[in-house]
Amino acid sequence: MKTDDAVKILTFLCAGSSILVVFLIFGYTLLEGLPFLAKYGLSFLTGLYWKPYTDPPQFGLLPTVIGTLSVSGLAILLAAPMGVLAAIYLAEYSGSGLLKSFIESATQLLVGIPSVVLGFVGLVFLVPILAKTFGGWGFSILAGGIVLAVMTLPHVICISSDAIKAVPRDYRYASLALGASKWQTIRRVVLPAAKSGILASIILGLGNAIGETMAVLMVVGNPEVPYIPTSILDRVRVLTSTIVIEFNYAVWGSDQMRALFAIGVVLFIITAVVNLLAFHILGGRIRAKGI
Amino acid sequence: MSGGAASGRTVIAALAAVAVAMFLAGYFVASSFASPSISRTNVKTVTTTIVETAGLNARLNVAGSTTVAPIVEEAARRFSELHPEFRISVAAIGSGPGIKAVGSGEVDIGMASRDLKEEEFERWPDLKPFRIAMDSIAIVVHPSNPVNELTLEQVAKIFAGEIRNWKEVGGPDKPIHVITREKGSGTRDCFEHAVMKPFGKEVSAEAMVQQGNPKVRAAVANDPLSIGYISLGFVDETVKSLRIDGVEPRIENVLKGTYPIKRNLYVVTKGDPDPAELMFIGYLLSAEGQKIVEELGYIPLYPVS
Repeated sequence: MKTDDAVKILTFLCAGSSILVVFLIFGYTLLEGLPFLAKYGLSFLTGLYWKPYTDPPQFGLLPTVIGTLSVSGLAILLAAPMGVLAAIYLAEYSGSGLLKSFIESATQLLVGIPSVVLGFVGLVFLVPILAKTFGGWGFSILAGGIVLAVMTLPHVICISSDAIKAVPRDYRYASLALGASKWQTIRRVVLPAAKSGILASIILGLGNAIGETMAVLMVVGNPEVPYIPTSILDRVRVLTSTIVIEFNYAVWGSDQMRALFAIGVVLFIITAVVNLLAFHILGGRIRAKGI
Repeated sequence: MSGGAASGRTVIAALAAVAVAMFLAGYFVASSFASPSISRTNVKTVTTTIVETAGLNARLNVAGSTTVAPIVEEAARRFSELHPEFRISVAAIGSGPGIKAVGSGEVDIGMASRDLKEEEFERWPDLKPFRIAMDSIAIVVHPSNPVNELTLEQVAKIFAGEIRNWKEVGGPDKPIHVITREKGSGTRDCFEHAVMKPFGKEVSAEAMVQQGNPKVRAAVANDPLSIGYISLGFVDETVKSLRIDGVEPRIENVLKGTYPIKRNLYVVTKGDPDPAELMFIGYLLSAEGQKIVEELGYIPLYPVS
């Protein structure tokens, strides 16, 4: 019994410390960012110009927010259909052969590639190809979207294929027994049953893409002053890249430093909303099954 | 478990209470850290090699300008061969962060590719800059670019976004891709001072920001339509440096004053250097150190060869 209590306390402390870290970081970011948000209010989110070095400085985040959403949105548009189709292959068609385990381990490996390496490959390989194909800089929303799609793909594949595999065998047998073909079964029975899991995988992928820093920073072609993009070949700044570029030079305690923390708050809120959405969808699935 | 629902609620309530308590604790701990005078922005970027050395405490952490870093890295390598008890680590993080890091005591020696600013002296009055070399800035384009020469005014107009097509300066009918360093960079500071200010111009909002000399060089080497500026020490065969007003960016032209951009490179200590710092700075200023400066393509303080 005594050991039980000790283990309980130990595990609780470990679990609690992760909560503590989250709240510490969030509290600290808020502490530094809130005075700024109070001072500049909504103009921070709706302003069009980010010019921290002019006098008076301008802190308009709108083009950067749009940059972040367009790069991550494009990434998800590319990764979601491909990832879901790949997941269907792995869960339904691949059987249990060598090819399946090869694809699965390759997908796992993709998760392990450091983002800076992907960014570097994007910089020296993808950007020149895009510049040659479409003209212009090559550095663009498109480049960022493709690099992020590669990073997001394995998450979508893994979670989606788990969701598809979790659909009870009986559903498939019932559908096949009624004379439906395999594809009809997948489309009409399996995918609807796995819908919430697949949706959650896409939304988690999106959350992941929004917070990604290094790879995106290297290929989106950060303009000196960000502007609202009108094409996917435009260069943008994203929230994370703005923090990285300016953090080293911002004077501690200045409005610029506070503005960077405020960007952190905005990032925190966006990813929290996205993650909560994913958990809500997953929770819905669990309730629907009556577990 | 007995009384499932009730004890479940108790556990949840307890967890919630703990979470709130931890949040408050975190908040107060965080706010106690938040004193504005402490700078710990560079703690992560400043690489520190901690090696126990017997006797003399000869660990030196150096951080700062990406322009100065290659000189100090090479000097550190050769110096530690002569004095194996020394462990010197060098981090290239930019002039501004380097000065901040030495000012706040995070590193022993800072590196700067520009003069120290008044507000930096105000904040850390005991900073001591030592000039270790001179440098210039080359305006670079892709090797395939037919343009070989620009006037200083043309350079200013290109970087201001007023000249936007290569054909306006004798090149192909293609847009110009302007690549600049980030604000706060010593190289940008010098470029703005020597090129943009005389014509009352500012770097265009559309310019692409690349952090550090190596990244600007790589970006220019990858893009046939680009133009950028890098330290003389970083010019290599992957990029082509332009003649400015007919003068090539070469050491002798900078020294003669015919090439219009010249600047000083510094290492900076907080207060008078301690014996270990003094030994290393002495090495940088010695004929040996100045030879490294020259070998790497920068301008030594006095003739060494």
